[in-house]
Amino acid sequence: MTTATEPYVLNIGPQHPSTHGVFRLRVVMDGERIQDVEMVVGYLHRSMEKLAEERTYTQNIPFTDRADYLAAMSGNLGYCLAVERLAGVEVPERASCLRVIFAELQRIASHSMANGTFVNDAGAWQTPLMYMFRERERILDLFEMTCGARLTTNYMRIGGVAFDPPDEFYPAIESLVDELPERIEEYAELLVDNEILLARGRGVGVISAEDAINGSLAGPMLRGSGVPWDLRKAEPYCGYDRFDFEIPVGRQGDAYDRFLVRLEEVRQSTKIIRQALDGLPSGPHKTQTPLALRPDPGEAYARVEGPRGELGFYVVSDGGSAPFRFHIRAPSLINLSLLREMAIGASLPDAIVALGSVDIVVGEIDR
Amino acid sequence: MPAGPRQLSGEAVAAPIAAAVPDAILRATDEWVEVRPERVADVLRFLHDDADLDARQLSNLCAVDRHDRFEVVYHLQSLDRNHQIVVKAIVGEHEEPALPSATGVYKGALLQEREVYDLMGVRFEGHPDLRRMFLWEGYPGFPLRKDFLQIPEHHPGLPKFPFEESGVQAR
Repeated sequence: MTTATEPYVLNIGPQHPSTHGVFRLRVVMDGERIQDVEMVVGYLHRSMEKLAEERTYTQNIPFTDRADYLAAMSGNLGYCLAVERLAGVEVPERASCLRVIFAELQRIASHSMANGTFVNDAGAWQTPLMYMFRERERILDLFEMTCGARLTTNYMRIGGVAFDPPDEFYPAIESLVDELPERIEEYAELLVDNEILLARGRGVGVISAEDAINGSLAGPMLRGSGVPWDLRKAEPYCGYDRFDFEIPVGRQGDAYDRFLVRLEEVRQSTKIIRQALDGLPSGPHKTQTPLALRPDPGEAYARVEGPRGELGFYVVSDGGSAPFRFHIRAPSLINLSLLREMAIGASLPDAIVALGSVDIVVGEIDR
Repeated sequence: MPAGPRQLSGEAVAAPIAAAVPDAILRATDEWVEVRPERVADVLRFLHDDADLDARQLSNLCAVDRHDRFEVVYHLQSLDRNHQIVVKAIVGEHEEPALPSATGVYKGALLQEREVYDLMGVRFEGHPDLRRMFLWEGYPGFPLRKDFLQIPEHHPGLPKFPFEESGVQAR
């Protein structure tokens, strides 16, 4: 291949703000253009899948917090659904509804973080991110109120949720849900159609709908490319079919479209939380399941629409009290399948924006 | 075990596969269809291209070590028809398991197969870039195998940082 200059290797990370964690990109550069890119991961590998084979089903729930630490509730939910399917456990209606509320709060918190760091990568240094932290902070307060933890919540249980929210939870979430639409408009006014963000995000990291499907992309990456696919609609779990919401899609499949999709999803999540709060049934928040659950031999694959896409859990039982196999289908990792397609030929700053728009969480990539 | 809400039964998928890819089917249950490992890439190609089965997305790929054999499990997704198909390929060989790669059909298999190779040691023939992913080249053994109980001869803890002794430059 003829190059304008002599190619050189540039290491981005593992300690670099634009890689959002300990994640390394080894980039071969021809001047300012990227010739080849390779990702180096594993710095945060804790071998959860192996550790889980020696712990009971309930003891494994904290691993799912620590995989995607920005969306612990979604991880809890996906894993509990998988074990419930495996063991045939019924979940009370109130628990399902609480799960929806917390999963959607988590989506808002995670998307605020994703969009904040995305505009950070695009050059709007820290200010929008800090604004978005206002809402995230209040959501984490709600988590703390309910289960005592802000980040690694360990809230869901097999058969329900661990605790009923306390009394002070309801006025706090009411006021949050009332204020959120206004706040989202504030961000939209600041960022949508912002000239700099358009210049940095439009036409960057473009993925066609066909490629997105073939590359197993999920979540805002897939919807940003114009594929209206959302597991909450396609395979409704926890009674998502009772709620009225829309699936936003992008048109061009670029970084800016993914940003818009996430912003719109926050609006839709607010709508879902409002409906769930209005129709929150009374009753028990958990069914009694044995702590050392022993499902019959078999297997189950359950997935939820996490903030980053299809978050799947494949659990195999051999009849013992620990899973025989525990596999996490990690959307952060699989969304990077098309990294080369996005980065090769782009300039270095564009590749950083493209990577930022994927919204990776390294804890989930490495597990 | 109830299958997923929109999962096609293995029997329903087996008939069209058998018609298109001769002697590929080994067994079909109401949850999955088991295919001959050496034909798995042909089966996936057929499932991907067929208009009715329409398995255009490889949603999940992982492997299970059953002590004497490896089960490689493919969860396929049709986005237009909204159904899921589960395909299994059981590799009888436990020391050097190998089967054809799905990367020719699905780009989404690139990283998932690398992960299975890294942690389970299943080789995918035809994968363009089959290297260790989370662990480094030269790591002793494949940790997700059931017979991997500790790091050979270096328990507890790891040997020296891999680049110190081997003379390999950190890439």
